Amino acid sequence: MHVSFQVQAGDFSNAGKVSSTVKGILKQLNLGPVHVKRIIVALYEAEVNVVAHSYGGTITCEVEPESVDILVCDTGPGIPDLDLAMTEGWSTATTEVREMGFGAGMGLANIRKNTDRLAIDTGEGKPTKIHMCFDLANGAAHA
Amino acid sequence: MGQRMRDQPFHHTLMVRKDLCQGCTHCMKRCPTEAIRITGGKAQVDPERCVDCGQCMAVCPHNAIVIEQNDFQQIFHYKYRVAILPTLLIGQFEDDVSEEAMVDALHNIGFTHVHYAESGVDILKTLGKKISVYADQHPVVSSYCPAVVRLIQLRYPALLPNVNLMRTPAQIAALYARVVLQSEGIDSEDIGVFYITPCAAKYAQIKTPGSATSGLIQGGLNLDYVFNLMQAYLAQHPNRKGEELSRWERPAITGPAFLWSLTKGESAMMQGRTLSVDEVHNVIEFLELVEDDRHKNLDFLELRACDTGCTGGILTPRNRFLATERIKHHAATLPKELHEEDKARILSFSDQLIRNLKTDRIVAKHSLQLDRDVTMAIRKLEKVKRITEVLPGIDCGLCGCPTCRSLAEDIAKANASIRRCVVLKLTDPHGLNNLAKIWGEVIQKDQKPSTSEV
Repeated sequence: MHVSFQVQAGDFSNAGKVSSTVKGILKQLNLGPVHVKRIIVALYEAEVNVVAHSYGGTITCEVEPESVDILVCDTGPGIPDLDLAMTEGWSTATTEVREMGFGAGMGLANIRKNTDRLAIDTGEGKPTKIHMCFDLANGAAHA
Repeated sequence: MGQRMRDQPFHHTLMVRKDLCQGCTHCMKRCPTEAIRITGGKAQVDPERCVDCGQCMAVCPHNAIVIEQNDFQQIFHYKYRVAILPTLLIGQFEDDVSEEAMVDALHNIGFTHVHYAESGVDILKTLGKKISVYADQHPVVSSYCPAVVRLIQLRYPALLPNVNLMRTPAQIAALYARVVLQSEGIDSEDIGVFYITPCAAKYAQIKTPGSATSGLIQGGLNLDYVFNLMQAYLAQHPNRKGEELSRWERPAITGPAFLWSLTKGESAMMQGRTLSVDEVHNVIEFLELVEDDRHKNLDFLELRACDTGCTGGILTPRNRFLATERIKHHAATLPKELHEEDKARILSFSDQLIRNLKTDRIVAKHSLQLDRDVTMAIRKLEKVKRITEVLPGIDCGLCGCPTCRSLAEDIAKANASIRRCVVLKLTDPHGLNNLAKIWGEVIQKDQKPSTSEV
């Protein structure tokens, strides 16, 4: 099944709403707590990235019996050095963002840790597309 | 034991009296787990979703939701009859009933031994120098409130490893009472331990075979019933004093333990950063957050299904705020530490107690899934989405489901027909006929679909 959401740039008070909604869906689908948890952790990080660093974007989820695919697309400004951004603890978040409890520099690292396949298409001045794949086959549904 | 627990369905103690139920939807709207539907004009509780929190019973204007009654006479099957009473019992009485008079009344209505449930806190503290907790995952979630534990089993299985596996104070008090009696040479068969329960959830736990109380507690007694027996005794024997009252052993307990069942009573005694949430809707809101796993700075979570803690239990006769105040007032008169001889007595049984302090791991019982099979569940969820778009979205409840969304889910699960929607029936009867053909006409128990045909 297919669901999609808009994410507003800078709307920190609603950061996490998309991942909560998706969590509700996944629980109704009986995917099992282990899968639900890693999908939601990764999705939450991606959602916060869009809110904190981009000009806004969309999140699209495709749920199939064997896999969950999530595409997070923003409208820029892009990540100049992706390798650096993937490093744990590295963050470009402003003091203001950090004071709200975000921007610890764990985002992309956490996403990588929780996804089975991850593709990131970005660059300075370009939109960022993050494609996260989760396989549901390994680890039984009731795990 | 673990395997047996997995297969055991929950025992539920709340029942709908069909003769009194008016089908008014109050309970359905209040139920935190959407377990109630109105079918054929009467409330029906889904046993797969109910967590025995008692909100429905509290809100019913017709007293149509009742708790299973237990036979008080069952205590007399035992030669030694131990009452495990929650400290909140004293809060049910006015100030003119002293603790001594209360203990005296309990003995006179039939008990041979009286222990406070919360004295288990003092036992645990004496054995370990602090209140120990035991869980596989951080933060530790209290297992004190059985309605909350059921909620986690049904809706937040990812949090089961966070649930404290240390026995609750009442269970420890029951264990201790039994161990002490056995050490006096009394046959285990002759000992009946009874918990006086302020709520449906604790009673349901005692009645569920293979639950944490099995073997420790022989039965639950509804607090309101015991309260009535005690009040009757007190009314008939108004002038008992001196020797008559003081001949009973005063149940030992410290001030901090006395407060345990109140909101913040438990978290106050825990190490690290703690947090207390009471009332089941608040607990659900909070569990959603904990489940997202972003609160690693917290160490211990006290979660209670009732407002103000156990004084808010549905079987407590007195106003919960007044009861709470009396409990705090009484606790202030109690010592901070147990007497040395009480401690020594507990420590002399430490071997028997320590090996029995933990419960089995708790297993999941799913209730949110639309289907066990993921492929089917996806299909049903897509159906739910499409049906929800057609429904009016005003959650009027006239169909007998708490929300339009829950009606859509019931239709997708083939438990209801869209013909139940009163708004569609009035605004677009022809369209409704077509929709019913598309999504199915269900069902045996559904309310006479033939007569509503247009």
